Amino acid sequence: MDDLIADFVAECREMLEALGGEIVAWEAQPDDRSRLDSIFRFVHTVKGNCGFFDFPRLEALSHAAEDALADVRAGRRTPDAALVSAVLAIIDRIGEMIGCIEAGEDFPAGDDSSLIAALAPGAEGAAAPVAAAIPEGKGGAASAPRTIRLSVELLDRVMSGVSDMVLARNELARRLRETPTDVTVDGAFERLSGIIAEMRDAITRTRMQRIENLFVALPRMVRDLSAELGKQVLVDIDGGDVELDREMIEMIRDPLTHIIRNAVDHGIEAPADRIKGGKREIGLLCVSARQSGNQILIDIVDDGRGIDGKKLVEKAISSGALGKAEASALSPREQLALIFEAGLSTAKEVTAISGRGVGMDVVRSNVERIGGIVEVDSKPGEGTRMTLRVPLTLTIIPALTVSIANQNFAIPRSAIEEIVRVNGESVTLDHIGGAGVATIRGRRVPEVSLAEVLGLESIVAANEGSLIVLRPAGGDVYALAVDRIHDHEELVVKPAAPAVMATGLYAGTTLADDGSPILLFDPAGVAQVGGVKLEAQERTARVVETATAVAQRDNSVLLFRGLDGGRRALRLAIVDRIEEVERKAIRKAAGQLRVQLGDTILPLAGAEALEKGDEKVRVFRLNDGNHEIGYAFKEVIDLMPMDGELIPADNPGAVSGVTLIGGEPAELVDAHWLFSNHLGAAVKPADRGVCRLPSDDPWMQNMLRPIVEAAGYVVIGEEDELIPDLVIASDGKQVEAADKAKVIVLRSDPEGEDGESIYRYDRAGLLMALKAASGRGK
Amino acid sequence: MNELLLIVTVGGSRVALPAAAVESVVELDTLIPVPRAPAHVAGLSALRSRVLTVIDCMRSLELGATDCTDGVREAAVVEVDGHHYALIVDVVEDVVEALSDPSAVRAAMGAGWERVSKGMVETEEGPLLLIDIEKLITGPVAEARAA
Repeated sequence: MDDLIADFVAECREMLEALGGEIVAWEAQPDDRSRLDSIFRFVHTVKGNCGFFDFPRLEALSHAAEDALADVRAGRRTPDAALVSAVLAIIDRIGEMIGCIEAGEDFPAGDDSSLIAALAPGAEGAAAPVAAAIPEGKGGAASAPRTIRLSVELLDRVMSGVSDMVLARNELARRLRETPTDVTVDGAFERLSGIIAEMRDAITRTRMQRIENLFVALPRMVRDLSAELGKQVLVDIDGGDVELDREMIEMIRDPLTHIIRNAVDHGIEAPADRIKGGKREIGLLCVSARQSGNQILIDIVDDGRGIDGKKLVEKAISSGALGKAEASALSPREQLALIFEAGLSTAKEVTAISGRGVGMDVVRSNVERIGGIVEVDSKPGEGTRMTLRVPLTLTIIPALTVSIANQNFAIPRSAIEEIVRVNGESVTLDHIGGAGVATIRGRRVPEVSLAEVLGLESIVAANEGSLIVLRPAGGDVYALAVDRIHDHEELVVKPAAPAVMATGLYAGTTLADDGSPILLFDPAGVAQVGGVKLEAQERTARVVETATAVAQRDNSVLLFRGLDGGRRALRLAIVDRIEEVERKAIRKAAGQLRVQLGDTILPLAGAEALEKGDEKVRVFRLNDGNHEIGYAFKEVIDLMPMDGELIPADNPGAVSGVTLIGGEPAELVDAHWLFSNHLGAAVKPADRGVCRLPSDDPWMQNMLRPIVEAAGYVVIGEEDELIPDLVIASDGKQVEAADKAKVIVLRSDPEGEDGESIYRYDRAGLLMALKAASGRGK
Repeated sequence: MNELLLIVTVGGSRVALPAAAVESVVELDTLIPVPRAPAHVAGLSALRSRVLTVIDCMRSLELGATDCTDGVREAAVVEVDGHHYALIVDVVEDVVEALSDPSAVRAAMGAGWERVSKGMVETEEGPLLLIDIEKLITGPVAEARAA
């Protein structure tokens, strides 16, 4: 708010300065229309802003002056000297007050009514200024942030200059990499890079604008609208200090306005209806903005009647946008999403403000064009929440580079939902009437072959490419088949030439790090050119998904072939992910096979039949909620419901039993046994025994202790108060046996078998004794 | 009128471009094709960290296609509406001074030439056709895709 006031003060000062000459000229020539206009503009601006800032005195003054001047402008009154001096007195007073606001002081006490009265036709000259003398030397001025006004074009030029600089730097970096250079050159280049990066940040910030600029106009708009509709609406605005790219603010102005008009018109009920519904007669409209990652979220929440999903569905059916069968399968969320369909409006009658059914579809397409999303959530009778999600900036886009036929393209990362391999386990590709349909984990999504869309020849076999699941914006998923996936890059994107944009496929061009131009796809455009019917497909796709999900929730198992060729099954719930690792990531360490996945090392099961020849091994990552282990396998067969009976295994082991899955026997892997066996004692502190070792014996502490600990004991010394389950002592030392504690006596002489003591390097004997002791301890 | 003209050869004909509009003359090497773009858009190229949209003048004039496979091509770089274009020509010759205002050509020209013509100008090297660069970039209307 303080910043806004500072802006207001700055603007007024600027206008006052400019007016200085005008006022004098107007005084000399009261019928000069252009002077009159500029003075009118000034008081009008002051009046408009005062209403927002709650400066009632300023408002009253400027309002009175505006009225008088409006009469003059409309020709209802001829300006005379009395009027001129009355207006001038008011402008002077406004100037004084603005000085006070700037200095953060209260207005000098005084009454403005005499000034206002002087405006009245036929008033007797301007009253002498009655305000107390304004203290001179306003110290507050120095504390105000120093600002200048710049033209936006200039800023844009600087911005594009910096973008070019970044690109030039990238090119230079590439050239430097190619040729051997002096260390000092590299150093200088590094410094230059740093400076450019810093500059880019700074200039990006200069393009940022507070979203307040967008919000400022809302209270007035809502006030006018609600007055027109006979409603009472209170606007609550929050998060105006969130910053957003200037261009972006312009792009969301219309969608936001439209949503708010809708909320006031359709959302919030008339006062009588609200009281009937048990609500306060004044409707509440909250508009808030916040930043979340590199997105800005703008919520528009009203407490009105909400959106009736069923009505929307009926409307959609009657307008033919939706089939009856489809309609019955829609989830409540999907029903609400129908408001974004063209030509639907639940308003009973069309009003001047909204309800013609054009709008929400336009809102969505406008928001999506800038890479944003509109979400809607509503409870009938309680209100509606609309959320606009828009990216922070348009110019720098994180993107994924892919290739087709050796040509690179970029895809904005915000649209990418996931990336799957065509020959992956959970992916099948079908062709139905010439159209590609990919089934990814039970979800049917339309497939678009990038090669076909672009008219290029794919250079990899159909089953070797990758599918990128794209959600252009909103919720229209499709899969794009590409040859290869390359890298993530932050790209400075520029609009391409009109002829290129006209293809509808591209969102812009940019230069990759290697200096070659890259085209950035517009995911929605690609879908359109690829002939995907987004809306209709998506609905059915979701229906398929939910249906299978319900059927499989309880007992679906993942059928796979183990490394030894056995047909096995694992309960799906414990499989976290599937990873493919290099053979060398699997090695025997600390007593068992372990696999390295990223920077974690997990115990590996199922790898008994691992062969030397296997270059890559696939591993299930199993998760019990706390711990993870790996399970090596050869291939996934399918995801199946487990319907047959389980015939339990005779002995506890890696397999808990055999069952019929998909008509053939399969071993069900006992995940519990796997975890209990492979995680070892280390993670089961509850079961640990307590072993007392002499704390003054270095051999015991250094050599024996790790073995005892590895066997699952907590090692204590004589001083500790825990009651030991096991006491280990050297022979010849006094053993202070605790109650029920088993005692192991170690001797340092290999000979001298006496039946009670164990030779200290008889590892097998020692482990046996430890195991026996732990068995008894339980 | 002493407008400067850049004489280039396209499809074997010598024509004039307004020199003021031409930023530079470059030799293009790499060319990144733009799939599904209108035929006269030969592709994209990079010049001093800027993306150039490369226009094949031959195709734009419907005179056939320039063979871009043999490597280096000469092109005139122009800026139209904030976008940079490289116009592929056969040869860039010289800059001359226009000795007259463009006047309508009354002889029958090919349809492609007719479309981009700004008229005929007199120069020391004889009469030359003055090309409208924007129309050259727009390309044959029939082939411009709306979608």
